[in-house]
Amino acid sequence: MSIEILVYILGGLTVGSALMVVLSKHPIRSVMYLILTFFLISANYIMLNAQFVAIVNMMVYAGAIMVLFLFVLMLLNLSKENEPKSSLLVKIASALAGGSLLLVLVAAIKDIVVLQVAEKVTDNASGLVQNLGHLLFTKYVLPFEVSSILFIAAIVGAVLLAKRESQIIE
Amino acid sequence: MQSLSNRSKVVSDKPMTFMEKLYLPAILGGMWITFTHLFRKHNTLKYPEQTKAFAPVYRGMHVLKRDEQGRENCTACGLCAVACPAEAITMVANEREKGEEHLYREEKYAEIYEINMLRCIFCGLCEEACPKEAIFLTDRLVPTEYERADFIYGKDKLVESMDYRIDITDRQSTGKRTEK
Amino acid sequence: MLEKLILVGIIFTISLVIAMYATYFERKVAAWFQDRIGPDRAGPFGLLQPLADGVKMFLKEDFIPRNSDKWLFIMGPGIAMFTSLMTSTIIPWGPDIVTASGNIVLQVADFDIGILFILGVVSVGVYGIMIGGWASNNKFSLFGAIRASSQMISYELAMGISVITIVMMTGSLSLRDITEAQHGMNWNIFYQPLAFVIFFVCSLAELNRAPFDLAECESELIGGYHTEYGSMKLGFFLFAEYVGMFISSAVISILFFGGYNFPGMDMVEGNTLAVLGVVALFVKIFFFIFVIMWIRWTLPRFRFDQLMHLGWKTLIPLALINLLVTGLVIAFTSGWFN
Repeated sequence: MSIEILVYILGGLTVGSALMVVLSKHPIRSVMYLILTFFLISANYIMLNAQFVAIVNMMVYAGAIMVLFLFVLMLLNLSKENEPKSSLLVKIASALAGGSLLLVLVAAIKDIVVLQVAEKVTDNASGLVQNLGHLLFTKYVLPFEVSSILFIAAIVGAVLLAKRESQIIE
Repeated sequence: MQSLSNRSKVVSDKPMTFMEKLYLPAILGGMWITFTHLFRKHNTLKYPEQTKAFAPVYRGMHVLKRDEQGRENCTACGLCAVACPAEAITMVANEREKGEEHLYREEKYAEIYEINMLRCIFCGLCEEACPKEAIFLTDRLVPTEYERADFIYGKDKLVESMDYRIDITDRQSTGKRTEK
Repeated sequence: MLEKLILVGIIFTISLVIAMYATYFERKVAAWFQDRIGPDRAGPFGLLQPLADGVKMFLKEDFIPRNSDKWLFIMGPGIAMFTSLMTSTIIPWGPDIVTASGNIVLQVADFDIGILFILGVVSVGVYGIMIGGWASNNKFSLFGAIRASSQMISYELAMGISVITIVMMTGSLSLRDITEAQHGMNWNIFYQPLAFVIFFVCSLAELNRAPFDLAECESELIGGYHTEYGSMKLGFFLFAEYVGMFISSAVISILFFGGYNFPGMDMVEGNTLAVLGVVALFVKIFFFIFVIMWIRWTLPRFRFDQLMHLGWKTLIPLALINLLVTGLVIAFTSGWFN
């Protein structure tokens, strides 16, 4: 019973801090709330006994990607006067895009059948490193390797963008 | 050109060899050097308890001497002020009145005698110029102050008191001039 | 449950006390290397100096610059301290203590993810410096923060890769398993000297210790990210560094120098073994704290481009080669190619 309450508290906190990401005016505050959200998501993973995913989420998202976010934001001039003015057209377009995303999400969630899997997940130890590694290198080896090819493509693209044009031709 | 100390090294910007590029041997060498310092004798002087002896040639705060009977030696001739390259010394002379013989040795004395310690360069020329063995530079330090005005030392600070005479016998010039 | 709480309390106290005395020891070591005496006024041999420093820190004016971001300014040192203390939960301090009611495990939590937890928490630790530096609203602080974050991101990679070799050899991420695998004198340093060098250099960089203390260099950034800090907030930043030093020494000892294993440990057993094991671990920890200080007072600071060059172009390729060779050796010895 106490675990259920914990889940609700964690879920509420996660949603709350995620909302604060969108609602807070100051970009740095937004990033801070986003980091907090990642932490809470990690906590949710731990509740599901998925320790490896939790810590990787913390390392990669909270520890590396958000550092880079913060890094860029710190170097920007974040005063009110420099805020880019968005025209009415942009506002309408963004409202439309957001609305259609919401529509898709609602449509998707509407058809979900809530499965009673919670007990099953907490019982087995599929989130532990050994089992997860085993799964990754047997059952899901193809998607795993394909995603690594995706990363290589991303890295090559980044290097290409960073180099000067003359260097690439040589 | 020939090296005088035999310690000069020819500097070159040759590309580093593999061993040099590893940096680790150099780092370990440096760490060995610092490690040997662990066992060296420290050369700290625990200041308030221990003090360093001044060199006999040290020139610090001035003193205006009195003679054995407690009379001021200074006769306000002004030779020290003339000799002073920094123009730090000023004085006002006055004539000795009747009944003041126990205070001043000569008929003329310095009513005001001031040294600006911020201007003074502690060269010791005043000491050399003095014909009456009145002014000496001692091994005392000029203390720090908060105001500039406090650095102008009058007779209250310069003249030695009879209860606490300033010993200058170990100084470079002892106050005992040999007659020529 | 109760024994865990007591253990948490003890570890917390020990980390703080060691961090306190590390500041004293740092000044003493600096003095010895420079042929001086060091602090010797407060108490016998100056042993009360850390207390005096602490009292001074507490009594100083707690100042928050007017144009700073107040909440983030306060949060910065807190995050730094929190993350550096949190890593100690996972360190196995010694073999089990045997009591009548069962064994007491000298480890707060034996996570399945083990060493990854430390890497994760350390990677979060950079936020303390970044937020503190940015919130100060001072260009030197911002520079310090930016340097610290880019440095820590760069060196985390090589650090992680060098740890993977150890994980591959042991077959477990748990620090206790890694320690148990180095029973007696079977330490990882004899198999992975290169990984040790890389890990050690990277942990110096992660700690922002000399020669990687570009984030707080006094000569160019007047203190870096803690330029605007004073009082106990500054104390927290400095303290976090020393706690981090203690923890990283412990991690180095566990990963490469056998943790609580010591030669001849089979001759004793039971609680004697536990006590000797804890002593062995702490001897190693103190040795590495000394080495870190030794390096600080020997080597000059890197230039920033040299730092990046070392991190990206030297340490990461070396770590990768080391990983590859280790993998091949493991594959051959376990007969995967036969």
